[in-house]
Amino acid sequence: MTNTIGEFAKAKLLFCIGTNMTEAHPVAATYLKNGVRNGTKLIVVDPRRQELADYADIFAQLRIGSDIAFLNGIMHVLIKENLYDKKFVEEKCENFEEFAEKIEEYPPSRASEISGVPESTIVEIARMLGTVKPAMVIYTLGITEHVSGKRNVMTLANLQMLLGNMGVEGGGVNPMRGQNNVQGACDMGALPNMFCGYQKVDSPEISKKFADFWGVDSLPGQPGLKIAEMINGLPTGRLKAFWIFGENLVATEPDPRHVSHCLNSAEFLVVQDIFRNETTPFADVILPSAAWSEDDGTFTNTERRVSRVRKIKEAPGEARPNWWIFKQVAKRFGHEWPSNSGRELWDNEISVLCPAFAGVKFFRLDNIGGIQWPCPNEEHPGTPILHKDGKFSRGKGLFQAIDWVPSSEQPDGEYPLVLSSGRRLVHYHSRTQTGRAKGLNERMPEEFADISVQDAERLGISHGEVIRVKSRRGEVRIKANVSKRIAPGMVWMSFHFWETNANHLLSGDLKHFDPDTMTPSFKACAVRIEKIA
Amino acid sequence: METHRIRAVINGREITSEPGVTILQAARANSIRIPSLCDHPALPPSGACRVCLVEVEKNPKLLPACTTPLTDGMVVDAFSPKALAARKAVVEMILIRHPLDCFSCESNGRCELQDLAYELGIEESPFRDDGDVCTEHELDDTNPFFIRDMNKCILCGRCVRACDHQSGYHAIDFQFRGIKTMINPPVGSKLEESDCVFCGQCVQMCPVGALTEKKAVGQGRAWQTKTVRTTCPYCGVGCQLDLHVNGDRIARVTGTEDGMPNLGRLCVKGRFGYDFIYSDERLTKPLIRVRKGEKKSPDDEFREASWDEALDLVSSRLNEVMQKHGPDAVGGVSCARSLNEDSYSMQKLFRMVFQNHNVDHCARV
Ligand code: SF4
Ligand code: SF4
Ligand code: SF4
Ligand code: FES
Repeated sequence: MTNTIGEFAKAKLLFCIGTNMTEAHPVAATYLKNGVRNGTKLIVVDPRRQELADYADIFAQLRIGSDIAFLNGIMHVLIKENLYDKKFVEEKCENFEEFAEKIEEYPPSRASEISGVPESTIVEIARMLGTVKPAMVIYTLGITEHVSGKRNVMTLANLQMLLGNMGVEGGGVNPMRGQNNVQGACDMGALPNMFCGYQKVDSPEISKKFADFWGVDSLPGQPGLKIAEMINGLPTGRLKAFWIFGENLVATEPDPRHVSHCLNSAEFLVVQDIFRNETTPFADVILPSAAWSEDDGTFTNTERRVSRVRKIKEAPGEARPNWWIFKQVAKRFGHEWPSNSGRELWDNEISVLCPAFAGVKFFRLDNIGGIQWPCPNEEHPGTPILHKDGKFSRGKGLFQAIDWVPSSEQPDGEYPLVLSSGRRLVHYHSRTQTGRAKGLNERMPEEFADISVQDAERLGISHGEVIRVKSRRGEVRIKANVSKRIAPGMVWMSFHFWETNANHLLSGDLKHFDPDTMTPSFKACAVRIEKIA
Repeated sequence: METHRIRAVINGREITSEPGVTILQAARANSIRIPSLCDHPALPPSGACRVCLVEVEKNPKLLPACTTPLTDGMVVDAFSPKALAARKAVVEMILIRHPLDCFSCESNGRCELQDLAYELGIEESPFRDDGDVCTEHELDDTNPFFIRDMNKCILCGRCVRACDHQSGYHAIDFQFRGIKTMINPPVGSKLEESDCVFCGQCVQMCPVGALTEKKAVGQGRAWQTKTVRTTCPYCGVGCQLDLHVNGDRIARVTGTEDGMPNLGRLCVKGRFGYDFIYSDERLTKPLIRVRKGEKKSPDDEFREASWDEALDLVSSRLNEVMQKHGPDAVGGVSCARSLNEDSYSMQKLFRMVFQNHNVDHCARV
């Protein structure tokens, strides 16, 4: 996020697209509701009429995968009606002409045709965005988990630059990161093209800095493989040995059968985790880890805030801290690593190697709580808002001309509905944790497929009835939740329960992944629903 | 813009304050104590309980500190004989109906009513007659997360305001009238069927034992637990939690009131989702696959191994693969749930030791 969650409560206007905040980021949603109560305007864009829509001044129920066309349509109105921030565009951005030419191709009529949102609503949204300033753009995986994920994000950046809503309080482009430490995993360089602190692996100076610091002669200059390339590289032999740390890939990646096949092809597979799960049966070695509360360290939240995680107990049996495990393996390859705790790793390595975290030290976190990076030195209070005063990391903000392309799998005669998937309130992912927390499982012991009233009537399906949801990959039997919040033609499911996991229906074929980010289309897949009895 | 600051005296201390705050807020901002009960700094004031009555010079009547705006030149005394006498009477009135079974109450030791009675030297209410103690309401323990004992409810309304203001729901409110008044979801419905999302914010805000966490029962008294601040293990909001820890057990979890970004707020997962760490199903030993045949099969079993054996095996097999197929034949995914320091170490291992950049993490953020 360029901005902070607390701003939701005092912003002028919130533009929420593809974010089911009340379930996926519940506490963030409480600030949004405070804001609405205090007069913050709210625009909600989502294929589901989810809870946020109940609070919205304008709600647009768009078709799955039509985001770019819809947003381009809004920008068309902003430009035509001169509602954009000319000063910001001229002084702080570049490539406006090419971008504006592309927008020309998306009059509201066309945007409406593609997205299913009435033309008048598109105009109304544009006018609100053009007159109520600034606005925060907030999104989640409804934007990124598409073949066009990266282009969806760039389109939102176009919108905020056009409106001059960057670098100000109550503005910005704000992805709500899903997992507790997905921001941190990126920050720490669990990425094939970046060292920790977003330092590029193909830069010779940076590579040298890391090699010197770690005491090796050199480091390779070529970026590595992305997760989907690694999984799919196993059957082709591109990858022979695979180490899975803490991810239940079989349950959380699309098409478990395909993932299982891939993992089975590995010559050697290490799984490091706190529980047995759907992925551990494929392992050659399973290494038991310390869990949350069993080790000292840090998490970084979606606002770039680094906060302490503290140990209250020892890990059970012989389970060990994860960093200890990696250190022991390094040792067997002849490398003695100096750090012996989370504190030493952060204070003596991470914050020294990464200018963005240089001023974050454990003693400061212990004294003042979380610190938002960039934080260049120990006197620096941290940075709640990025790109202050229109200063972008690359200098000027770059407008991009972006075309809408349809989702990779379109509904057809055989599979006429579109399935989208995500998380529900009381559970988390494959439930390895929430399934073992008393109360949570009792509150939601099974999964449902949310379908529209219209589709239910058409097929004679009643609420609670077990139905079959089928795709080109597979099928699941699951209870129907007939809901007014779902638009006709849509099915919505989570991936919390193994038997009814939406991933059984999704495709692991890379053609359904965003070619840039290799993110799967978790939000769009053609299915059919059938009555069983 | 320079705003005019208000000058006042509270409990004998001169203070200045920005305008537009209540006497209680100004006192808190200056670390001056005024006893209160229905008020909570995170909630809008309501003025329901009258515990915060203070004497203000030139005012014949006592004023509630939590709802009275501080004005220039005010001289406030929360502990004048008149204020003390009134406060005592107010607490004695509350204690007419409140059961005095502190012995068995989960909130013993962290109950704000108990503390007030102690401070004011009240043993039991002089106004109480036989049969006054509230036994009206049945204990409600039907939801999986917390117990509602409305007999202990003092009708301060903190839970109602917490639900509304901190959680953004309106699942509960005052219901019925007179001595039957209680806090409930809309008439005729149970909490499980209401809008309630079981965030437990009402429980955190309840000053007495009317709302208590189920999993905390028998896990230790307030004075037996220590508080450890940490970060929630679930979503990217990164809420700050106070773990109330007894030995190596988490007795209960509350939101850290001055922690950013949540300022005391939590959702159902952060507050109630902690006990997976105690599961019997945790992996506790390194395990090595024992193949039944040449190829991997679902029938293969795993045998326990020492760390040395497991780590030697991992290192030698990875080394073998790299010798045979080059360093790029090894790859790994890191965990978006675990510590920064763990992800850092994993990418260091791949980059520095294995000499490749095949390290990524779950794209499903
Ligand atoms: S648990 Fe949360 S939603 Fe339910 S009544 Fe309490 S505060 Fe309201
Ligand atoms: S349940 Fe607790 S917080 Fe709610 S009104 Fe009663 S005493 Fe106050
Ligand atoms: S308490 Fe809830 S909202 Fe806060 S970090 Fe945890 S899961 Fe997210
Ligand atoms: S604290 Fe002021 S009336 Fe209750």
